[in-house]
Amino acid sequence: MVTGPRGRPWRAGYASAVTATLIWILVALIAIGLYLSWTAGRLDRLHARIDAARAALDAQLLRRASVAQELATAGVLDPAASIVLYEAAHGARQAEEEHREIAESELSQALRAVFAEAQQVEGVREAHGGEEAVRELAEAVRRVPMARRFHNDAVRAARALRRHRKVRWFRLAGHAPFPMAFEMDDEAPAALVERVS
Amino acid sequence: MRIGIVCPYSWDVPGGVQFHIRDLAEYFVRQGHEVSVLAPADDDTPLPPYVVSAGRAVPVPYNGSVARLNFGFLSAARVRRWLHDGAFDVIHIHEPASPSLGLLACWAASGPIVATFHTSNPRSRAMIAAYSILQAALEKISARIAVSEYARRTLVEHLGGDAVVIPNGVDVDFFAEAEPEPRWQGGTIGFIGRIDEPRKGLPVLMRALPRILEARPETRLLVAGRGDEEEAVASLPEELRSRVEFLGMVSDEEKARLLRSVDLYVAPNTGGESFGIILVEALSAGAPVLASDLDAFAQVLDQGTAGELFANEDADALAAAAIRLLGDPARRAELRERGSAHVRRFDWATVGADIMSVYETVTAGAAAVAADDRATGLRARLGLARD
Repeated sequence: MVTGPRGRPWRAGYASAVTATLIWILVALIAIGLYLSWTAGRLDRLHARIDAARAALDAQLLRRASVAQELATAGVLDPAASIVLYEAAHGARQAEEEHREIAESELSQALRAVFAEAQQVEGVREAHGGEEAVRELAEAVRRVPMARRFHNDAVRAARALRRHRKVRWFRLAGHAPFPMAFEMDDEAPAALVERVS
Repeated sequence: MRIGIVCPYSWDVPGGVQFHIRDLAEYFVRQGHEVSVLAPADDDTPLPPYVVSAGRAVPVPYNGSVARLNFGFLSAARVRRWLHDGAFDVIHIHEPASPSLGLLACWAASGPIVATFHTSNPRSRAMIAAYSILQAALEKISARIAVSEYARRTLVEHLGGDAVVIPNGVDVDFFAEAEPEPRWQGGTIGFIGRIDEPRKGLPVLMRALPRILEARPETRLLVAGRGDEEEAVASLPEELRSRVEFLGMVSDEEKARLLRSVDLYVAPNTGGESFGIILVEALSAGAPVLASDLDAFAQVLDQGTAGELFANEDADALAAAAIRLLGDPARRAELRERGSAHVRRFDWATVGADIMSVYETVTAGAAAVAADDRATGLRARLGLARD
């Protein structure tokens, strides 16, 4: 004789109850799976956003260093200012990844020191091709803080999601490195950008 | 560049955000960009060529008042079609944190998304709950813009992360070149704003008025704005009521001429301001400004150097400052001069270039905007989506 649990005989109602339970477990598993897959998609999108933001930040930093270096070698600044600016710009371009934040901050400081006064900016403007150079530099020092904020904002969003239990337990982030914010002094020289901050 | 802008509020209802979007769109069109604005509008409203209607907005109670919002299948379908037809390089969403078209667009799109946060609401429990639900949609935004340092602080407090501050723009020359109206000149104080909205601060000004008239009896107060005029002067002694002139609703041209004519512009707002575009307009027109010391106002007025500030809701302080300024033409000339120089940073030429910088920063190296298949994702995930 076929018996059910605890030796009681099978009944039709019991079989259907087991089937129903199994179906519910299956539905729950599918739902959890879909939710995890959706979360993984969210995380994937955030990582892609960080990559794009980092590329944009790198491009802006490189542009700023290039313009600064051009200005330093163009002979429109006095020799002392030229050397200071050249050193800092060169340092920023050559910096290894782990010294990048410091080198870029030093370039910000050098730019602030060189363009502390409005007369200096005027002086560069009057030189041949100076108008163009000042415009480019002003644009670059304005865009670096923008790009950095956008990058760090993406990093913050990704970190918030990655700290979540569901992401840690199911290793949804895969092998992607834990995102790091880019911290630097990016204050623009006052004489170059007359804006509300 | 192909730019898509999403307006959260009905195009047919005038409002700060709508005007901002209109001016921004027209600025970019003049610069030679292709611009399309998606906005809620009644189907029979005449729209400028760059506006696409997202259908009628439905009035719903939200955030303590009745808001006209878009949601549901029909709106979502229109948003997706607009995204698909537009093939934008970047989309710019306004007020993405309200349950409106902006949020729908954020949900439905992928690619470079820029968002501007206009309001700075105080922290509320409903808002905190809503933000955690919104997070999945909001984290798609690649660049956030706040209209003032104050708005940025509230945003950071609510949502974390960061934003760049780009103020609202004003066509400075439109105000600077307006013709003064002789009728409105000579010892006049100007006030523009809803009469029956206490937060605009007319009651504070009315409390200060008797003292101002006592010291300078020839003063006149010119009030432009909608509301009940009888009620507004009810607190004033009978004999002083003739010194208040109501102009009703004014057109943009009349507003500019009014601001060009007055000897003093007073902004006694008591709260709820995240920017203060009217102050920028007054400065553009060269009006000496006296404003309450709200965070947003203090920032627009450069902490009191481009215009004077008085302690919020303090009618006596307002009266004292007004009397002093009305009796000191040299100080007013100084304020006019400083204001005109300071206000250039709010001109569309500057603001528009900054917003373009944001677009260029986020689009550099990124793919164009597309409808996001992951958002509606199930079919795509199972490989059933049509290509």
